[in-house]
Amino acid sequence: MATAAAEVLTDAPRELSPTRRALRRLVRRRGAMFGLAVIVFFVAVAILAPYIAPHDPLKTSWAAVRKPPSATYLFGTDEIGRDVLSRVIWGARASLLAGVVSVSISLSLGVPIGMLAGYLGRWPDAIISRITDAMLACPFLILAIALAAFLGPSLTNAMIAIGISATPIFIRLTRGLVLSTKVEDYVEAARAIGNPPLRIAFRHILPNIAAPLMVQATLAIAAAIIAEASLSFLGLGQQPPAPSWGSMLNTAKNYIDNAPWMAVWPGLSIFLLVLSFNLLGDGLRDALDPRHR
Amino acid sequence: MFTYLVQRLATIIPTLVFVSMLIFGLQQLLPGDPAIILAGEERDPDVVAYLRARLHLDEPLPVRYLYWVGGVLQGDLGESLRIQRPVLDLILEKLPVTIQLASMAIVIALVIGVTAGVVSAVKKDTIWDYAANVIALWGLSTPNFWLGIMLILLFSVSLGWLPASGYVPPTEDLGANLAAMIMPAFVLGNAIAAVLMRHTRSAMLQVLSADYVRTARAKGLAERVVILKHALRNALVPVITLGALEFGTLLSGAVLTEQVFTIPGFGKLIVDAVFNRDYAVVQGVVLFTATAYITLNLLADLAYFLVNPRLRG
Repeated sequence: MATAAAEVLTDAPRELSPTRRALRRLVRRRGAMFGLAVIVFFVAVAILAPYIAPHDPLKTSWAAVRKPPSATYLFGTDEIGRDVLSRVIWGARASLLAGVVSVSISLSLGVPIGMLAGYLGRWPDAIISRITDAMLACPFLILAIALAAFLGPSLTNAMIAIGISATPIFIRLTRGLVLSTKVEDYVEAARAIGNPPLRIAFRHILPNIAAPLMVQATLAIAAAIIAEASLSFLGLGQQPPAPSWGSMLNTAKNYIDNAPWMAVWPGLSIFLLVLSFNLLGDGLRDALDPRHR
Repeated sequence: MFTYLVQRLATIIPTLVFVSMLIFGLQQLLPGDPAIILAGEERDPDVVAYLRARLHLDEPLPVRYLYWVGGVLQGDLGESLRIQRPVLDLILEKLPVTIQLASMAIVIALVIGVTAGVVSAVKKDTIWDYAANVIALWGLSTPNFWLGIMLILLFSVSLGWLPASGYVPPTEDLGANLAAMIMPAFVLGNAIAAVLMRHTRSAMLQVLSADYVRTARAKGLAERVVILKHALRNALVPVITLGALEFGTLLSGAVLTEQVFTIPGFGKLIVDAVFNRDYAVVQGVVLFTATAYITLNLLADLAYFLVNPRLRG
């Protein structure tokens, strides 16, 4: 009797949590899953770089200058005889690090400031919004170049510059989301029973605006990876001899007529990684958007 | 119309004030004494003293800002330490090159983006729609400096059809100028085409289900006329205003594209300035860009207002 009842219970249609339902929709999107697979692959490559790179990425060899791809050097060698494959493998670290760290900077600055603007309204909102407008008026990469130029060229400063340049997008998004969320009944209820503002902001509003922020963060990682590669290409990111895809392309440009392999692989890696974050971001947006339910 | 214009102008003034503060503030990021850093490696005491006086470094920060902004308002963006010339002159000298590049890029982006957008909306859920979406995703994910290098590899190194670099002014030889500019313009237009394609597609899908399109079809008009004359014309309005926001992408892209193809424009000016530690030029270029961006957005808003009779009311 008891087992029969249990069977009935398990057979009854279960109500899935919104997160599970969104996850299910995401898994069904082939593009997003392809993106996720490529990202996981590159993360693994970056972590395992010391074990999987066939050569030392910094070791030069005058006997192997600009050698085309071969069994010893699968992706060929560069202008001072370094293995391109090993440099591409180690370069994944700079790109992924830049993507994740810059966006973390933007999120940790942009979300609290945006919440403050949206929640408090009035003059704090007016001031924050004007500063945001001012920052958005400077094109993203040009602002990042200017910041990196004044801070000094290094990977850390490039990440700070990209993070700060991408912050206004998160301020504006968070502010808008808070404005539409703070009038919801559950926030009113939380306020009515006497919750302090900070608790309302973090316990009641933040979890409900996390989904669109996550989508934007994923797409921002794609933009940050391109931005880091761009800054490194201009010489404002990762400094030589440390490998980064952007700086590899900068050198490769000068040898395009006799060593094209130097340009193909780092560029292809940037393209694949950025494409994957874009695909995952698009997939997340479709999966989390209530209108698709 | 007049009230709207006044209101809209009133909102950009505080934005411009904050932009100027932001750009002035960049100088504070320099580690140590700005006069010594700006004086370059020689650290000539005369230059340091001159800079200290010119930048009013002995005054408090707000006073220095007022001096700086006062100069900017009179068209004085500072002086390039490297070339010993006013920054504004340098910008105005390089600007036409970038404007030509940007205009060509916009034309290419409009042709590719709007065509692909219309096709994918009209042929929704077919292989054409799918292909257009793939092209858009490609455009958004390709770093334009890499695309530039790959095009040089194909069209200059392998096929030998186009020059890899070497800018020629259009007044000197228009043919050679266009040959040198077509690849960079395509590279620059590529990313914007992707954005325009997405905007066109969604605007077209919305318009195609509108009553007046159904009426046009019911009248027995040819499908081509319905799509091009009735649907596209209306769909283009939001596309153009949203497209104006891509001006920032265009300028950011120009920095990299000009670097790849060695085009002596605005983008190359800022990159060279960064390497020569010519900070006044960097500040000047950012300020100029931001002001141009704000102005263009204002114009786009006004254009939208003018073409949309419902807003004029």
